[in-house]
Formats: sequence, structure tokens, C-alpha cells
Amino acid sequence: MAQTSQAMDKALERFSREKLHAFMREMLLYRRFEEKAEEAYAIGKIGGFCHLHIGQEAVALGMIGPLRDDDYVITAYRDHTQALAKGMKPGPVMAELYGRDGGASRGKGGSMHIFGAKERFMGGHGIVGGQVPLAAGFGWAIRYREEDQVCVCFLGDAAVNQGAFHEALNMSAVWKLPVIYVVENNEYGMGTAFSRVSALPVVERGKGYGIPAHAVNGQDILETWAFMEDLVEEVRGGAGPQYVDARTYRFKGHSMSDPVSGTYRSKEEVREKTEGADPIRLLRERLFEAELMDQDELEALDREVREIVDEAAEFADASPFPDAAELYTHVYSEINEHGRLFFDGRDR
Amino acid sequence: MPVITYRDALNQALAEEMERDDSVFLMGEEVAEYDGAYKVSKGLLEQFGERRIVDSPISELGFAGLGVGAAMVGLRPVIEFMTFNFSILALDQVINAAAKMYYMTGGQIPVPIVFRGPTGAALQLSAQHSQACETWYVHSPGIKLVTPGTPADAKGLLKASIRDNDPVAFMEGELLYNLKGEVPDPDDGDFVIPLGVADVKREGSDVTIVTHGKMVNEALRAAATLEKDGIEAEIVDLRTLRPLDVEAILRSVHKTNRAVYLEEGWPYVGIGSQIVSIIQEEAFDYLDAPVVRVTQADVPMPYAKNLEKIAKPDAARVVEACNRVLYRN
Amino acid sequence: MATKVHMEALSPTMEEGQIVKWMKAEGDAVSNGEVLAEIETDKATMELVARGEGVLRRILVQEGGTAPVGDVIALIAGEDEDVSEFEGGDAGESADEGEEEEAAEEAPKKGKKDDEEGDEEADEEGDEDDEEAGDDRAAAKEPASDGADDRRIKASPVARRLAEEKGIELARVEGTGPGGRIVKRDVEQAAKEGVPAAAAAAPDSDADYEDVPLSQMRKTIAKRLVESIGPVPHFFLTREIDMTRAVEARKRINAMLEDEGVRISFNDIVLKSTAMALARHPECNAHWGGDHVRRFNRVHLGVAVAIEDGLITPVVRDADRKGLRQIAAEVREMAGRAREKKLKPEEYTGATFSVSNLGMFGIDEFTAVINPPEAGILAVGGMVERAVVVEDELEVQTRMKITMSCDHRVIDGAQGARFLQTLAAILEEPLAALV
Repeated sequence: MAQTSQAMDKALERFSREKLHAFMREMLLYRRFEEKAEEAYAIGKIGGFCHLHIGQEAVALGMIGPLRDDDYVITAYRDHTQALAKGMKPGPVMAELYGRDGGASRGKGGSMHIFGAKERFMGGHGIVGGQVPLAAGFGWAIRYREEDQVCVCFLGDAAVNQGAFHEALNMSAVWKLPVIYVVENNEYGMGTAFSRVSALPVVERGKGYGIPAHAVNGQDILETWAFMEDLVEEVRGGAGPQYVDARTYRFKGHSMSDPVSGTYRSKEEVREKTEGADPIRLLRERLFEAELMDQDELEALDREVREIVDEAAEFADASPFPDAAELYTHVYSEINEHGRLFFDGRDR
Repeated sequence: MPVITYRDALNQALAEEMERDDSVFLMGEEVAEYDGAYKVSKGLLEQFGERRIVDSPISELGFAGLGVGAAMVGLRPVIEFMTFNFSILALDQVINAAAKMYYMTGGQIPVPIVFRGPTGAALQLSAQHSQACETWYVHSPGIKLVTPGTPADAKGLLKASIRDNDPVAFMEGELLYNLKGEVPDPDDGDFVIPLGVADVKREGSDVTIVTHGKMVNEALRAAATLEKDGIEAEIVDLRTLRPLDVEAILRSVHKTNRAVYLEEGWPYVGIGSQIVSIIQEEAFDYLDAPVVRVTQADVPMPYAKNLEKIAKPDAARVVEACNRVLYRN
Repeated sequence: MATKVHMEALSPTMEEGQIVKWMKAEGDAVSNGEVLAEIETDKATMELVARGEGVLRRILVQEGGTAPVGDVIALIAGEDEDVSEFEGGDAGESADEGEEEEAAEEAPKKGKKDDEEGDEEADEEGDEDDEEAGDDRAAAKEPASDGADDRRIKASPVARRLAEEKGIELARVEGTGPGGRIVKRDVEQAAKEGVPAAAAAAPDSDADYEDVPLSQMRKTIAKRLVESIGPVPHFFLTREIDMTRAVEARKRINAMLEDEGVRISFNDIVLKSTAMALARHPECNAHWGGDHVRRFNRVHLGVAVAIEDGLITPVVRDADRKGLRQIAAEVREMAGRAREKKLKPEEYTGATFSVSNLGMFGIDEFTAVINPPEAGILAVGGMVERAVVVEDELEVQTRMKITMSCDHRVIDGAQGARFLQTLAAILEEPLAALV
């Protein structure tokens, strides 16, 4: 029986057992990390806006995992798990959520502005669609330097209604920039269903610039990973920009201050998705069925990532708040020898 | 010293910096094949090729953002706005991305970019093409703002702006491009004027006219009129508005005890508002009269020639303002 | 042994006092009984004297500041004595210190915590800023209590600074800016011209006084004379006056007023005459103001009245404008209350000149001591009948000797003499008053 299933599940054949276990471990890490953030937010350790990625793990892992270390990733404000996927350590990411000096952005960015220049995780941007032209800029720089990196730019479905998106797509097409635009299509822009504010579905909206448009099941890690692995090589080889509609679902509210369900989507809808389209659950079922993983192994992985997440929270907790003097650092990278740059009359 | 136009001074600066540093490129509307809407980039396409002199689509938000992205990963883009009027479309990328990036990354990612083009009014271009954009930019910490009023300043300051490691808005003037002036010969060495240093364009002891950009020339005309009346006006050309040479302003006010701010923009929260605030706060005991501002009329720019003329600040208004602070009327 | 300087009750009804001026700075030597400060009470400006010896180590309430009666406002102690135990001891003191720090906030180098620097800073700031800072603080504390600030002189900031540097009083400078604002050129003009002639020639007749800036010569006289004979450099002018006609006049006046039961004394006549003479000689109707001489346009005569355990000087206000009947009535009434110690402070302060008469005690002539800041006092002796040679013939006259004590910093000999000449003329021919 198991033998038959495994044979039938062609998608599994592409990956080694270790790789498949790694998928599970990574997605569990993202899930547990976000749950920890949710908990920390509830007790006031995290403030402001905090957008959780729960339910969308297979998009982050599948679209980022196949990249090289020197490839670029940029995203919007739902950015914690992409940061982890691009290789950032959970401790500094959590500490950034906590607004601590040990945070990736020294506590100056917060949840929406996670950056890891070293890991080439380029943020963390708070204005819907604002990151899209920046991604084109990374692509431009890659071409300018005649290098072979690739840039993956995430955006939400609502961002395709922004002018910045269309301007950037057009320029990317004109200059054949090595950028893959991945729309994390979770069906809602905050509380507004995409179908209510767009005459065409997401996948159609990238057309019109001569850029290939693709659609993938964003809840299936085997699909997202395999798809991206192939696409990245094409782009690296000079195929030019790509547009991907990654269909997914947000299990939580838009941000911590928003309800999970409400007037814009029903409880039933959310339940149906969380039960039927949970990327972790889907992978587990397939691995269990193919006998590539058992309950003990799963629990061991979960224990391992929970430990990592606990350590991240401890790291964040132990990290001091930024010193008051940090208020004025990093406004300018070059303090000119002459003239005044700050006008508040305060001591610095 | 060679006498060249403001336009050619900018062209020299661009060429020299691109020659010096391969990471510098110029992007904007009409900058390549057309040689620039105001011919600032004339001949550069031929010299540097289309990799580095790039015609953009009419997408201010898009190519401004593309420039910011390129700067984030180490290039040094010069983004030309055909005029800064159009840059209002791009302000999200300027304010939310360029200005804040270094800060919100906790110092990980600097943005060495120059946004340049003409600001303010030309002649009868009407409301949407005739506004001074300095306040929009200088208001935001994280940005530097440079406003040269002469060919020499245009060259020396553009070179410094391109070399600066932060976002710099470099505002020129449509009516300045043909202005001629002495600019040091390129063969005599690298001519760079550091940001944050004001220049006293005319010495005087009776009243200080503080100004920037194109208005420097209006101030000089006003000073010539005042001179016939026995009034010696000192003209402090700020040249850069951030970093701001506060010392130069205070020095002159200590000397003359009277100041007028002249700017092309609107009065409400104009550049002059900040300068007046600094003067009253830091040179209060040296003031003999309230500081007065000369600005554009507080209206959108009209088209009709006669209305446009009276909407703009000019030498006559500066003379009037100087007389006011001199208690001469 | 350190001595606390308390805010003392300087008037019967005083509950708190405002420091008008510290006469000593921190670090100055102080001896017992020396004037430390001028205190504005609810009624008058009074002097606060030292009740200990040593050095004025700390001023705890700055000029313009107020303190309730009984609060410590300064400390006198030995030069090296540790006074830290007295500081911040009670709420009143520390509150005042805090206020001082806030007011001095604009001083750029103001330290955050250090007490040691406090001394230096107070000294540095003292002369330049305290006047203005003081005003601000008073205004902040009692926003509605005092209308005096309404008379603020309009001057540009640089004009204020320049005037202070050059020691020019802005009140003496005519403003030529908008709305009469004093601007830099006005101060420079005033400095060039010295005492502005225009202001001196046309004094505001409604003003209670005019301030005359000190000329260099006047400053030198003031300084040298103080050095030679003590705080107030007195000199004395004596003159004998023929009172014959005054005696006759008094008889007739008293006859006229007999029905009313009013009697005019010789002293009343002397007072009225002195006031009239002073009105004609404002240079003698003056105060010494330290850096200026204040000449009054109104004459408020202090009348020395002996009381059981001392002396008090009720003031007849505008004595030159009052009739004898009124002067007599006021003096009698106030002298009576003075003996019962029921005078209010405003009734015995504010004199522009004083008269002391010991004639009734059989004193022929004497010298009186000036009551600062007044610049003169007249000592009136008794009347005697004497033979006098008049136009080669002996004649019996009623004679009276008066001696004027003058503060040489304010009044020169000839000025005093001319004043006495006028006074004598009035007394010798009372009808002159009608002329």
C-alpha cells in the first residue's frame, strides 16, 4: 500500500529523504516562530503592527530555498519567515520584533523592517508595492555588473493594483532584469477580497509586459520548491523577469490587531483552509503515507525547532533596549564635515 | 578661468564622476538619445554607452525606486527628473525608501543616490510645472539637499553629491542652464565643493540676504539696486540646505543685525521658515529687526504673463524687504 | 559658624518678600549690620541687613525671586567653611534653587549636577542676565499681580544687548524704529552723545522722576568721595536766615485760621518753603542710584519726628503743591500716629528730601545725617532774636540757622548753595511765594 502510494506520489521522487525532512523542519520552524511571536505580542513584548505568515510557509520555503546565498530576496511587511528562509538567524529576527539592540535592524525597524544585508535579505517594506521597484533596482545592478544572481521579490496580491508594481514590471521587461516577482496570493488585501477590487485574477495582472506568468499551488512545498528550482536556473541563464501567482492562504488576521475571520471572510472558510490546505499538514500526510517519516521523527523535529524558537525568544529577551544615543545613529551614513544635519536642537 | 554655462558645468561634473567611478550611471527621461531635456547630458551616451546613460520610461515612481534599489546594492545612480515637479510622483521612493533605508536597516544598507533636475518656475509653464520642491525633500531626515546657483557651484557640488554616501537631492533651475560663469579648468585638478559650506556671494554690512539656488542671482540684482541707495547688502548663498551652514548665517547676522530670506517657494513652512527659526533662536541678541521673508505668492503659479510676474519673488521685492528690515519705509 | 540669612518681616503685614537687588554678590565679605539686599515688601522697598560676619557664600533666592518670611535666602559663613549641610535642607530652599536653575537654563554651559560650578556660574551670569531673568521669573510666579511690565520698553534684541554693554539705560534712549522701537542705531547715537539732550531738555512732566545717567566726572567724584569719607560723602552748607517777615506772616495766618482751630508752626512754613525751593532745584530733589542719579519731578518731604525710642520720618507727598493748612494738618496727624507707632510703611518711605528740626529743643544749629538714597537733608535750628547790621545800622531780627547735608555724589556745593539761596529768599519774603 505504502509502496503504491509512494510510487503514485511522483513529486516526492525529486527529493531525498533528508531534503524532505529538511522541508518539514523548516516549515515547522517558521510556524513555531510565528506562534511564539503571537504569544510575545499578547504579553506586550512586541508592539506595533505584527503580520504573521502562518499558513503561507510553503511559499516562503519553496520560493527562497532553491536560491543561492548571493541571490537577493525582498518582500513586504509580512516578512519574518522569508527572513528565516533566506538564512537569517531566528534570534536577531525575534529581537527585532522585540525592538531590542540585538535585533537585525538594531531595534529600529521592527516587525515590518527585517533586513539582513549579509544574507541578502533586503527587507521588510511597509508601503504596499513599494518594494517592487527596489527589486527591479537589484536586478538592474546584477545586469549592470554582468553577474548571474537572481532576485526574488515577494508582494501581496493587493500590491498588483499599485502603480509602482506596473512601472517596475515594465522596466524589468524592457531591460530583461533577472527578477522573479512572486505574488503571495492569499486572496485578501487586509479585509478586502482581491476579486472585489480586480477585474482579472492575479495571474492575469502581470501580463501585458511580455513577462511569462505562472501559477503554482503555494500550499504544496514539493510544488513550490520544484517549480522555483527550475525557474531560477532559467532566469540565471538569461530568461528575464518572471511573474508567479503563488496561491496560498493566510490563517491568521491581517495583523495581530485584526480578527482571523469576520465580515470579509467566514469562520467556515477559514476552517476549511486551515484543515484542508495547511502546508505542514499536507506534507506530513504525504511523508507518513510514503513512510518517509513517522510520528516520532516528526515530534523530534518539532522539539528541535521549538527549542530553537525558545532560544530565539530568550535571546530577544536578554538583549538590551537600544541605548538612547542610538536615536541619532544611522540617519546618515556620512556625517558631512561641514554644516548641520539635524535641526531639533537636542543633544546628540 | 574658463567661462562656461551652468549646463556645461553639470555635464562636466557627470562626465568626470562617471569616468572616475564605474558604479555611477545616469538614468532618466530623455537623458540618452535626446541628450537630455535640457541638454545637460549632451554627448554622454556617446562617451559612456547605453549601459550607463539610460533612457527610462515615463515612470518617475518606478525609476526612482529602481535607482534606490541599485544604490542599496552598491551602485551610485544619478536619477534625473526632467523637473522636480514630476518627482512628486516618486516621493514614496524618495521619502519612504531612500531617506529611511539606512535608519530602518539599523545601519546595514546605505543609499548613495543623487536625484537631480530643475526645481521652481521657468517662464509661463503654469501651475503644475512651476513649483519649488525644496521643502518636500529637505523636510525628511535622511536626505541631503543641494541647490547650486552658479556654474562653479553646480559643478563642484554635483561631484560632491555623487560621492556622498547618502541620498542627495540636487536641485537645479531651468532658467539657470544658460547662465555663464567661471569654472576651474578640469585640467587644473579635481574641483569639488564640500556639502554644508555656504558662500558669501557679496559682502556687505547693512543687511543680510540669505538665499539659495536660482534666487542668488535675484539677490545680487537687489543688492545692486540697494547699493545705489547707499545700502550694502551681504548675500549668503546657502548652496546646500541639508547639511546647512548655520555658522555662515549667524556670522553674517552678527555683522548686519538684519536679515531677509529669499526663496522661490511658497511661504508656509518654506525653507525660510526654518532659517528664521534658527536666526531667532541662535542670534536673537544680534537682531535689530524682525527677519523678513520674500517668497512666491501663496498661490499656484498662474499662466498669464502679468500674473506670473507678480507671483514670483524678484529683486524689487527683495529691495522692499531690505528696506523694511532697515526701517527705511 | 555659618549664619542663615532669613527673609525677615520688614513690614508689619508682610508675609513674603521679593528680592529687588542683592547689594552683595556671592563671595563678598559681609560685616554685621551691612545692607545685604533690598527687599520689596507688600508695602515698600526695605533693606535687609546682615546679622552675622563673614563671606556671603550662597544666594539662595535670586533677584526677582520671592520667599516667605522666615525662609533662608542666603548664607553667610567663613570663607572656607563647609556650608553644604545648609543647602537643600528644607523644601523652601531647594524649591528656590530649582527655580534658579530653570531660569538660567539658557546659559549654554550650565552644568547638570555640580554644586562647585554653581559659584562661578552665578558670578558670570550675575550682572548680565539677572535683571531680565528676574523679570521673567517674577512674571511667571505672579502673572496677574503687577502691571509694571506693561511699561516694557520696546527695543530690538541687539539694541538691548548693546545698551547693556555700553551701560546705557534704555529708558533714556529715544526709539526711532517702528512704533518707537529702540534699534541699534539709537543706542549708538545715545552712546556718542552721552546723556541724550532731547530727553533731558523735555522731561516728561507726568513722570515721577527722571534718571540722569552718570557722566564720567560724576562717577569719579562719586568714587573718590566715597573712598575719602565713607559710604555717603556728606558735605554741609549752613546759612542764617532772617525770619522776621515769616514770623509776622505766621501771626497773620494763624489769626486768619483761629476760628478753624488750626495753627501753623514755624516748621510748617519751613517745610512748605523747602518744598517750593526743591521744586525749583530738582538737582537737590534727588536720589543716588548707584549707577545713576534720579531726579524727581515731585517733591515728597520727609519730616523727622522724634519718637520715644528713636526717629521716624513721615512723608508729606507733593509738599510743594499743598497749602500750609494741609501740610500742618498732615504733619500733625502723622506725627501723632508716629508716636503711637501706627504709621504704615508707605507713609514713612519714598521721601525725595528730608527736613529735621531741633529748634524746639533749643538747638541753634546742627548737622543731620542723610537718609539714603536721598541726597540731602535740611537741619533746622531754633530762632533767636539778634542784632544785625543792616545798611550800616543795627537792627533786631529773628534769625534762624539752617544746615543742609548734601551727598556729594549727587549735589555739588554751588548747587546746594543756590538751593539754599532760593529757600532763604522765600522765607525772608513769604510774599515771594505769590510771585
